[in-house]
Formats: sequence, C-alpha cells, structure tokens
Amino acid sequence: MHNLKRASLILDDGTVFRGKSFGYEKPVAGEVVFNTAMSGYPESLTDPSYEGQILVFTYPLIGNYGVPARDTVQNLSAYYESEKIHVEAIVISDYSFEYSHWNADKSLAQWLQEEHIAGICDIDTRALTKHLRERGSMKGKIIIDGGEEIDWVDPNIYNLVARVSCKEVIEYGNSGKRVVLVDCGVKHNILRCLIRRGVTVIRVPWDYDFTGLSYDGLFISNGPGDPTLCDATVEHIRKTMQDTCKPIFGICMGNQLLSRAGGAQIYKLKYGHRSHNQPVRQVGTNRCFITSQNHGFAVDSTTLNDDWSPLFVNMNDNTNEGIRHKTKPYFSAQFHPEASSGPTDTEFLFDEFIKLL
Amino acid sequence: MAQETTQKIKKVLLLGSGALKIGEAGEFDYSGSQALKALKEEGIYTVLINPNIATVQTSEGVADKIYFLPVTPYFVGRVIEKERPDGILLSFGGQTALNCGVSLYENGTLEKYNVQVLGTPVQAIMDTEDRELFVKKLDEIDVKTIKSIAVTTIDDARRAAQELGYPVIIRAAYALGGLGSGFCDNEEQLLTIGEKALSFSAQILIEKSLKGWKEIEYEVVRDRYDNCITVCNMENFDPLGIHTGESIVVAPSQTLSNNDYHKLRELSIRIIRHIGIVGECNVQYAYDPESEDYRVIEVNARLSRSSALASKATGYPLAFVAAKLGLGYGLFELKNSVTKETSAFFEPALDYIVCKIPRWDLGKFQGVDRELGSSMKSVGEVMAIGRSFEEAIQKGLRMIGQGMHGFVENKELVIPDIDKALHDPTDKRIFVISKAFRQGYTVEQIHELTKIDRWFLQKLYGIIETANAIESYNRIADVPEELLREAKKQGFSDFQIARACLKQNMIDTETAIIEVRNRRKSLGIVPVVKQIDTLAAEYPAQTNYLYLTYHGIENDVEYKGDRRSVIVLGSGAYRIGSSVEFDWCSVNALNTVRKEGWRSVMINYNPETVSTDYDMCDRLYFDELSFERVMDIIELENPHGVILSVGGQIPNNLSTRLDGQNVRILGTSATDIDHAEDRHKFSSMLDELGIDQPRWRELTSLSDIYEFVDEVGYPVLVRPSYVLSGAAMNVCSNNTELEMFLKLAANVSKQHPVVVSEFIQNAKEIEMDAVARDGEIQLYAISEHIEFAGVHSGDATIQFPPQKLYVETVRRIKKVTGQIAKALHISGPFNIQFLAKNNDIKVIECNLRASRSFPFVSKVLKINFIELATKIMLGLPIEKPAKNEFDLDYVGIKASQFSFSRLQKADPVLGVDMSSTGEVGCIGYDTSEAILKSMLSVGYTIPKKNILLSTGSAKQKADLLEAAHQLHEHGYNLYATGGSHQFLTDNGIPAVKVYWPSESDKEPQALQMIHDKKIDFVVNIPKNLTATELDNGYKIRRAAIDFNIPLITNTRLAAAFIDAFCNISLDEIQIKSWDEYK
Repeated sequence: MHNLKRASLILDDGTVFRGKSFGYEKPVAGEVVFNTAMSGYPESLTDPSYEGQILVFTYPLIGNYGVPARDTVQNLSAYYESEKIHVEAIVISDYSFEYSHWNADKSLAQWLQEEHIAGICDIDTRALTKHLRERGSMKGKIIIDGGEEIDWVDPNIYNLVARVSCKEVIEYGNSGKRVVLVDCGVKHNILRCLIRRGVTVIRVPWDYDFTGLSYDGLFISNGPGDPTLCDATVEHIRKTMQDTCKPIFGICMGNQLLSRAGGAQIYKLKYGHRSHNQPVRQVGTNRCFITSQNHGFAVDSTTLNDDWSPLFVNMNDNTNEGIRHKTKPYFSAQFHPEASSGPTDTEFLFDEFIKLL
Repeated sequence: MAQETTQKIKKVLLLGSGALKIGEAGEFDYSGSQALKALKEEGIYTVLINPNIATVQTSEGVADKIYFLPVTPYFVGRVIEKERPDGILLSFGGQTALNCGVSLYENGTLEKYNVQVLGTPVQAIMDTEDRELFVKKLDEIDVKTIKSIAVTTIDDARRAAQELGYPVIIRAAYALGGLGSGFCDNEEQLLTIGEKALSFSAQILIEKSLKGWKEIEYEVVRDRYDNCITVCNMENFDPLGIHTGESIVVAPSQTLSNNDYHKLRELSIRIIRHIGIVGECNVQYAYDPESEDYRVIEVNARLSRSSALASKATGYPLAFVAAKLGLGYGLFELKNSVTKETSAFFEPALDYIVCKIPRWDLGKFQGVDRELGSSMKSVGEVMAIGRSFEEAIQKGLRMIGQGMHGFVENKELVIPDIDKALHDPTDKRIFVISKAFRQGYTVEQIHELTKIDRWFLQKLYGIIETANAIESYNRIADVPEELLREAKKQGFSDFQIARACLKQNMIDTETAIIEVRNRRKSLGIVPVVKQIDTLAAEYPAQTNYLYLTYHGIENDVEYKGDRRSVIVLGSGAYRIGSSVEFDWCSVNALNTVRKEGWRSVMINYNPETVSTDYDMCDRLYFDELSFERVMDIIELENPHGVILSVGGQIPNNLSTRLDGQNVRILGTSATDIDHAEDRHKFSSMLDELGIDQPRWRELTSLSDIYEFVDEVGYPVLVRPSYVLSGAAMNVCSNNTELEMFLKLAANVSKQHPVVVSEFIQNAKEIEMDAVARDGEIQLYAISEHIEFAGVHSGDATIQFPPQKLYVETVRRIKKVTGQIAKALHISGPFNIQFLAKNNDIKVIECNLRASRSFPFVSKVLKINFIELATKIMLGLPIEKPAKNEFDLDYVGIKASQFSFSRLQKADPVLGVDMSSTGEVGCIGYDTSEAILKSMLSVGYTIPKKNILLSTGSAKQKADLLEAAHQLHEHGYNLYATGGSHQFLTDNGIPAVKVYWPSESDKEPQALQMIHDKKIDFVVNIPKNLTATELDNGYKIRRAAIDFNIPLITNTRLAAAFIDAFCNISLDEIQIKSWDEYK
C-alpha cells in the first residue's frame, strides 16, 4: 500500500469529498469541471483551455500508460498540447502507480510533482460528476490534511486568455500560404495540423493587431475562460471582415469570438461539454461526426445576425457547434477538429480551410 | 428517410445460429432477440429459422413465425419458397447464418424469390470472408494486414511457410471461431495442422505469426448515410496468439495512449467505409507493444461474440441498432436507449472497467489438448464490472465458477514447471501467474515468459501484496480498517480475507465469512451500487443497469424498501451442463414476475444471455452470484423474496446459506431442497417411501469399494457428491478400470469419499419435468431417452411425448413423482430422472429446480412450465392446465450438439459425463421425421454412398443388424472392420472389410479411407462404457471428427438415425412452423 497524505476536495456548496493526495502537495483552488474521455490525460492536462480549472476524470483508471517525454519538434511539443500543465489540479478515482508504455518517460505522479500540480485520488468521481451535473460547475479547492488553507478562486472573472497566450509573434515554416493564428491558448496540435498542410503560421498574441500583416487566411484558436473578456480579438476580427474577404477559421474559443464578431451572444453552460464523444450534425445534412470537446461557454445561435447561419449543432442538447457566413469564407467549430486528445473525424475541416486560401 | 426502405419491407426472415457450440453460443440468441424486437417495433412481420428450442428468440411472441429447422441453404430455401419474405437478415446468427446467406445468394435463391438482403450487402460479407479479397480490399486504402499466402494443397502450404519463415499460423477460410486454425513452429506441425484445415475448407492461409503483439478490437457501426461510430474498444490481456474467445479481455483498452486508441479507431472507420458495411462489424488488430505499428487481423461483418460483449460492456444495444440500420435508418434518427433523450449517434463513455474471462470445461474431455492457441475451446464466458482492474478481475475469476476465489487464496495448484506453464498458456495460466508471484517471480520475468503487458502484471502483483499484508495477521479482528478497505477495493471476497487471515485454521468457513462481513459492515465498508449509463453521468439516465463496487461513497439508485421486488438468480457462465435453457427459464420467470405486478430484479453476469439485457427486468445487477454479493443485494433491495429454482445449480446451491440468513426463498423451502440434494437424506427418504433406486454407497477406502462391488457386481458408477452434470463421474467395468479411474480422478479418503452405485445396463432413462404446488403436481411432462441409460441426460437424444413407454411405466412414474413431490413439499419446478427396465422403475436423481429440458417440453406441449411455476412461487392462484402430453399429434426430439472438432485430441465418445455444448429441438409428425430434422440441425448429413461400421460388442452388433439391412437395401456401400464385417457377412449383408490402424500392413485401411474422404458416415460403437477405449477405436473416431465426417457412437441413436433417413427423404420433410403443429 502506498503512503499518501489524506486530502479533501471541498466544493463551493459545502460538499466535501475525501481522498488522497498523489500529486504535488499544495492547496489549490479553481473551477471544478469534469471530462468523460477515457484516454488522453497528458493532452488534457497540457491543454491551455483548462487554465484555472480543477479537472475531474470520470474514467476511473488514470495513469496507466505514464507520461511521454517533454520532447520538442520544430519548436512544438512532441506529445503535449503546450509547454506545461495548465490544469490547477486533477481529481481521479483509481491512480495507477505503475505504468507501462514504450513511449512513457515518467509516471503521472512524478510529472505532477515536477510541475507543482496537485492531484487527488480515491474520490468517487461518479458521485462528484453527478453532483456537478445537477448543480453545475462550481468553485472548489483541494486541501491536504494538515496543510495550508487557500481562498476560493473563480477563474472565469480573469482574462485567462491573456494569461496563456503567447507574448510575442512566432513564425512557423517559411513556405506556402500565410496563416495568421490568433493565440488565445492554442493547442499545439492545431499548429501541427496547419503546418503539416504546408502553410506558414504566424502565431500572434490574442490582442495583437494583425490586420496590417500580409497573410492569406486567419485562424482563431481555442482558449480558456469567458469569451466576453476578449474584446480586443473580436475587434480585430470585425475589422478584418470589414476590410478584406480573407478566409477565417475558428475553433472552440475561436467559434465564440467569431460569433461575437458576427453579433451573437455567448452564455455559460451549466456544466459544459468536456469529452471525446460529443455527436454533432452538419446543419441541413445527414452528416454526423463524433467530436472532442472542451468548453464551458456556448454561442446562442438565435442571436447571430442574418449574414450567418449555424454550421454544426450538438445532437444531444441542440447547442451550437459551429457557424458559417452565408456568403463569405468564414466558418468555425465549437469542437476540436484537431482532436488530441479525442476522435479525428473532423480533421478534414483543416483541409477545407486550406482549400479556401 | 428510413420510411422509403421500410415501406417495401413488410416481412423479414431472420436466420438464427442453431445449437450452441464452441465459437457460436448464447450471444446470438441475444443478438437475434434484439433484432426481432427492433423489427417488431416497426410493425414488420418476422419469420425466424432456428432449431435451438431452448433459446429466448424462439419463444412465443418474439418472432411472428418460428421454424425449428436446420439453418442450411436447403431448408432456408424451402422456407423462403413458402413464406416469401421481402427481406432477410444474415448477420444476427453468427457464422452459421452468414455462410448460409452467402450460399443462398450464390445459388440464386435470394434473387429468384426477390428477397432483399438487409444491412451489409453480401458482396461486402464475401470481401471480408475470403482472405485474398480481404487483403486486396484493405490494400486499396493502404491499411496493413497480416501477410498471408492462400494455398489449396499441402505442398503449396509448405512452400508458403518456407517463404514467410516460421513461426506461421494456418487459418481456414470461412470457418467459425478459428476452426482448424493453428500455430506451427516447424514443418512437422505444418503438415498435421495444414491437412486438417484443408479438410474444413478448400482454401487455407499461411501467415507470418506476430506472437507477443497486443490484440485490440473495435466494434464499429455505420449507417447508409456513411455516418460511423466505434461503440467500444477492447484489449486482450493475453497477447496475440491466443484466440480472442480464449483470452481475458478488458474494455475499454487500458494500455493504449490517446494516439494508439485513435489511430486504431480512425483505421476502423476507414475500413468499415471502404468495405461498405451497413450495420455493425468488428475489427481486430495486432498492435506492436514497442511502436505504433499495427496489422488488421480480421473483420467480422456481422454481430459477433465481441459485439455482444461490447453491448453489455457499454449498454449500447448493437444488435438492436444494427437491425434498424438494416431497415434504412440513419444513426441520427435513433435514440440512445439508456438515456432515451440523447442520440444513438454517439460513442459510450465508460466510467468503469469490464473484464471478460472465458470459461473452459476441458476437464470433461478425455485426452484433450489443454494448451490454448488460435482456435477456440472455451464454452462460455463471464463479464465482471468494477471501478478498478483488480476489482473486476477478482470478481471475474470467481464468476467463472471453477472453485476459485479470485486471484489469490485458492487451493494450491500443482505446477511441475512454472516457466513452461507461463510460456505455453493453458486454461489455468492466470492462476499460474499467481503462483509464480508467490514463488518470487518478478513482473519482468513473467512478462518475458508470457508477453502479457506489464501493466496488467503490476496490477496483479498489487493483489499479491495486499494478500501478503493480510496474511501477516492471524485474526480477522486484527486486520486494520485501511487494509480491509483496500482489499475490498481490490475485489477480495470475505472468503479470501478470512482465508488469508486464518490460513489452515479456517475450519468453519461459514462462520469466518460472516465474521469478516460483520466486521467490515461495522466499519462501514460496504459496496455501493452504480449505474451503467453510457455517458459516464454526463446526462441524467433512468437506467436500471447496475453493478456493485467498493470504489464509491453513494448509491446511484434509491431503495424504496416496499418489499415489492422479486429477485431472480440467473445461471452464470454457460458451461457444459448449464446454458441457454436456464436463460430461457430466467427470462420467463422475470416476465411473469413483472406481469403479475412485482418489480423484477435479475442477478447474473453472463454477457451472452438475454436475461442480462437490461430491457428484460426492472433492475439488472450485473454482478456475482456468490453468497456474499447476493446478500449485499438482498440487504439493499429488501425484496419480497428470492427465486432460486430457474437458474440451474448455482442458485440452488445457495439455498441453505441464504435460508441461514433468514432470506425469504420463494417456492420449495431450503430444507426440502437440501433433502433432495443431500444424497443420504434423499436416499433414506426414498427408502421410507418404498421407492426403488440403484444401490449405492458412500465409501472412503478402496477395500470398502471392492466389498460393495462384490455385492452389486460390475459395472459400477463412481462419482463425487453434490455436483452438476456428473463432473468426474465414470463407469468402471472391472478392477483395472476402477483402480485406474480412482488413481486419476478421485482421491479416496475420509475427507473425500466416493459414491459408488450399481450401474444398470440396457435400461431406459426417463425424464419427469413437473411443477407442483404445496406438494401437489400441477403440470408434468414425461420424456424418454433414445439412448439407453449410460449416456448423460444432457447428451442423450430425448423424445417428447414418449412413444415407446409402457402405459404401466408411465403410471408408476406419475405415482412415484407424486409421492416425492408430497414428501418434499414441492412448490415450483422440479425434475426427476428414472431408470426403467421392463416395468421396474428406479429414481436416479431429483432436482428441485427447473431442468435443462423445461424449454423443450414447454414449447412442444405449448404450456409455459416456468410461467406456471413462477405464479405458484408468487403465491398466485393458477388454473391446472387441461391439456397433457398424450393429446399431442406430433413428436418433439431434442438432439445434442457436440463440439469435438474444436477440442483437439479429445475422444468423441459419450458417457456418463456430459460433453455436449448445445442442443436443438425439432418437431415432426412421427419420430423419424423429428429425428431427421434434429440430427440435420446438429450438423449431420444424410450419407451419400459409403458407410463405415465398427459396431462394438455382440449385443450391440445384433442391435444394429436391422439398421444394416436397411442401409444395404437402400443401396449404401458398407465398409466394416473385422468383427463387424464377419457379423454382417454371416447375416447375409454384403460389406467390404477394412482394417484397423493396428493392422497397418493390410489394405484397405479404415483410417486412410477417412483421410481420403471416401466415407460419408461413421458408426463406431466403443465396446465398453469406459473412456479408456482401445487406441484403434479412438483413432477412427478422432479422424472422423478431424475430417468432418458425421460420427455416431451409440447403437440406439445410430439405429434411429439410419431408420429415419432410410424411411424419409429430404424432400419429404415438412416445412411447418411451430404454430402449425396443433
């Protein structure tokens, strides 16, 4: 048996779940959200969209295949979705102390400790998930028995995008068409998906005024938190759409920002979509896709102005999953066509974007 | 959209899979039942062909018309001619239905009668079944397959193997469950296996072996709009090299990273699209443990064992959805049947792990090869659900029901060479791993020998560590709370904890278990109930699909405590002696409970069954049928009562212990059950009632046995007590046999007494299936065996109603049954087996539960015995049925299905120990017609020309004389070995003399004729009833099996079959549905 310190996950509504600390021993606070994916914890932990969140895995066995090495290929992480872990902490049921995979470099616990991230295990994650489903995502904190206290944190009041976006312009590749990528917290696999298709990517900070740059297409990335805090980006998108007719593709936060630029309202979902099995349907067709998702906010597609129409819709709860401009080459997806982690069914959207350039 | 297709389709024919056999078992009853339900929902008229009378799908109301006929192109063609269906479904009846469908397509029958194949087109099926086409097809989309060379001769096979380099694997094309397949490390093995495979299939494939790679499967669904999902992936615990049906399997995969998982998922979707499946298919991969390299092993373009498992593992009803897609629906038009709100176009998210473990019964076969490989030998499987791997696997190891308590704390195994036992897997390997750990082997060493992924081994080692920790205590009260909790989370049973503590001092098991139970309950260590909801709690679901775990703090369901639920205990893993018939009984009990206004609750863990379909009851606990778990559930449910008498022997065996905890048992009381089960109590009761039984004695030494044999004379039946289907029973005809058997199979001592009974030869065996209330018979069915006593009742061919019993015998049987029912105060179903010689009857066995033949007699008589029995157990009034078996104008024959072809080296001889894996039941206007239908249904064919006879003892030869005459008159060429040849010649029947293998210098050789396929039918009667049969007979019998030539080893059955096919031709067999027999 492993000697682990006891710890508690305390929710905003007073509910306490008792477990054991297997990560870095420090108190943490954030928004508690759950993800129902059954694989892909290294990708999820490094996904900048989880910034500020305490992530609950509903799949009980976590850590089985360890964590791959921190390698970089062409200035991008080889196996992660960013340079570091972004979640505040993880909550799981059955941690696998031993791991086995040819590509593993260390255990999940070692990684958490190296990156000073808390982890709590032996939690009834199903009971916790049901609680979050009924009451909605809420603030929470993890306190180690005998350790320090910490104050509540609501990450959604902060501009998390500003926190995770790159601080300066980075260019990848030097041939083919030029795509400006607005980094709201971009996952590296989006960059990989674009670069693999032979374009030059100019990655710019979220509030960077790219309108003066020379480019062929615009990409708006995913990112954490509340999209209503990213007015600067929305302004730049609007300006581009007024001045030019260059293709635009947005993913996740990118969908929300493009929608805002198209006049739509955004609202917060009760507990969001975080999973690998979200069904979406292309509006007006019989084409359906299984998608990977990670978002807490959604577009109210009834508020889109007349130039726009919904492109995809969620088949479970009918929420918006993407929009398109009726006449211009602008479109976006609320889900993650770049997957990583998750199903790869919609990667063709990158091809469609490239075709438009 | 679906409307346009369904409007044309008004009547659909569904092909079942026939008798249960190794490689094709209960999963197809489940698939077919689901498909029929889906069609019914659309208002489509359904016609079902399936001779398996014990299935749920062949019950009233499931299909509109049911034919108990062979699923062969000939009979299906005739049914099509008569019924003129608009559409046909081929993918719900396993390989049997698929092969039959392909034949009907190829011979033009489907086109001739304008029958549309619904779902996957036949061409797509053929593309996946023919290896060469398959490889070519996947080459087109750059998907890697295992390099293989198709050959049709043994010489080409040798050349191919040389080219690929050993080790190679041989596969037979168009074969179910890897029949005729095998690994070859050298040329010698190649010749043996190759020749056999060529006898099953004109084309065989030689492939490079990828032993040691991971084996991963995906269940993929596609609709006609090209929308695809993968419902589930599964990972084999055992690496490639062991057939997936022989492998421990977990779902979802545990050692795959996101890249691994989605790489294979993406390939699966690319494959299903390119092949053009509409419905469901299964894709199997070999996956390199050291990189992302892969090979596609095969694609099954139909519902399979794995798809049934995936349905149960995820709650996604694959067969139901596949049937709807076959009618033209899109996935987006269907709802998730668990949440009822969300779409059926989604991929289930599990928040638990399932573990499937195969159940083998190799111990029942003489001489069988116990090593596992690329061909399937297991007869059943279990699925265990937990929230950790340790919890699931320990549950599962108990569920397989072979006396194991989990991964640790089992009876010590004797393994002479652990390295070898790890390297060359047998049915015991998981327990060898346990033993190896205990002897100090490391994870690394075991990994090297087994190639099992280290992750699984590390988890298993964790169980060993916990066991060691508990073993450092000697009193249950001393085990610390934290350790106790940890052990329960790792799936330790109370028994395991008690044994770990008390070790050899555990004398009173029951008390020790209760002590553990009470201690952990006082510490609040109790399991919680969780739902399987397909979406990992993301959406609310009113699901009634439940399991128990120690990894949790709250129950997902609320308990009303209103005592309005009735718990029905299911039958567990299918095994020889207990299979689909008890599933039918369980389902009918559940239906009745529900219909009568109670909440029906099922406990069972067999993924192949209909009773574990969450639609069948108000609450399904997919969990153990152990005393501990059943008590956990009873304490939560607080039921009105528990029904133990419809799930075979497992629930029946719990009666005394449950009664000890004051659980209310519905029906016959635990005390009376014990009086029937306990040999001594039952025997003295019969003595008191003046009912005759074969003389028997329980003995503890060889000298006592000899003394008893002197009294009753040989042959004698030797067996241990309290077992189902006579495990380890044997008949001994002389001292040598007796000593040999006792040395090999039984360990005679004070602790292990042996029961020896007189064995009466040439006696009829009669079954009495009945239902009583308060000791009064309400309903009964008497059936007679075609074979004389000595063939296990589960292997015998049974005729109902009896055609050749004296009225006097019937009257006496009724009377004795009445006396026993009264003495045991029976309320519910029961079965008594009798011996009858002249008019003397003797009782040989009595079970106070439903028997194997309940569905058969219920369906032939058309009175549901279980419905009536359940009403009685619920205390409801019933009307005594007016009809009885003597009113019937037709005959039912139940025939057994054997799977010897899969059990390499096993002697295909019948005896007192059961060896059949399934059965069929067919109806005809006389015995001959019913016999012929049923024998054709279990794979026999009417011989064309040449018949080989070697007919045993003088008496047996004489018994077959009439049959031999008939064969001669009908123009058959008879070939006979020495004595039989002499006998035939002496009686004026011409026959060609052939020689035994031992007479190797003479021609013609019987064995050679079989090898050359010159023989169409073999009758080989062993001289005595013991299994130590002479080498000659064994070789002939085994060759018949290996070369796929029909074989009968029983005089009476051979005579009946010969009589049938000599008197009726195929064309004379009537194509009548069940309801046409009135």
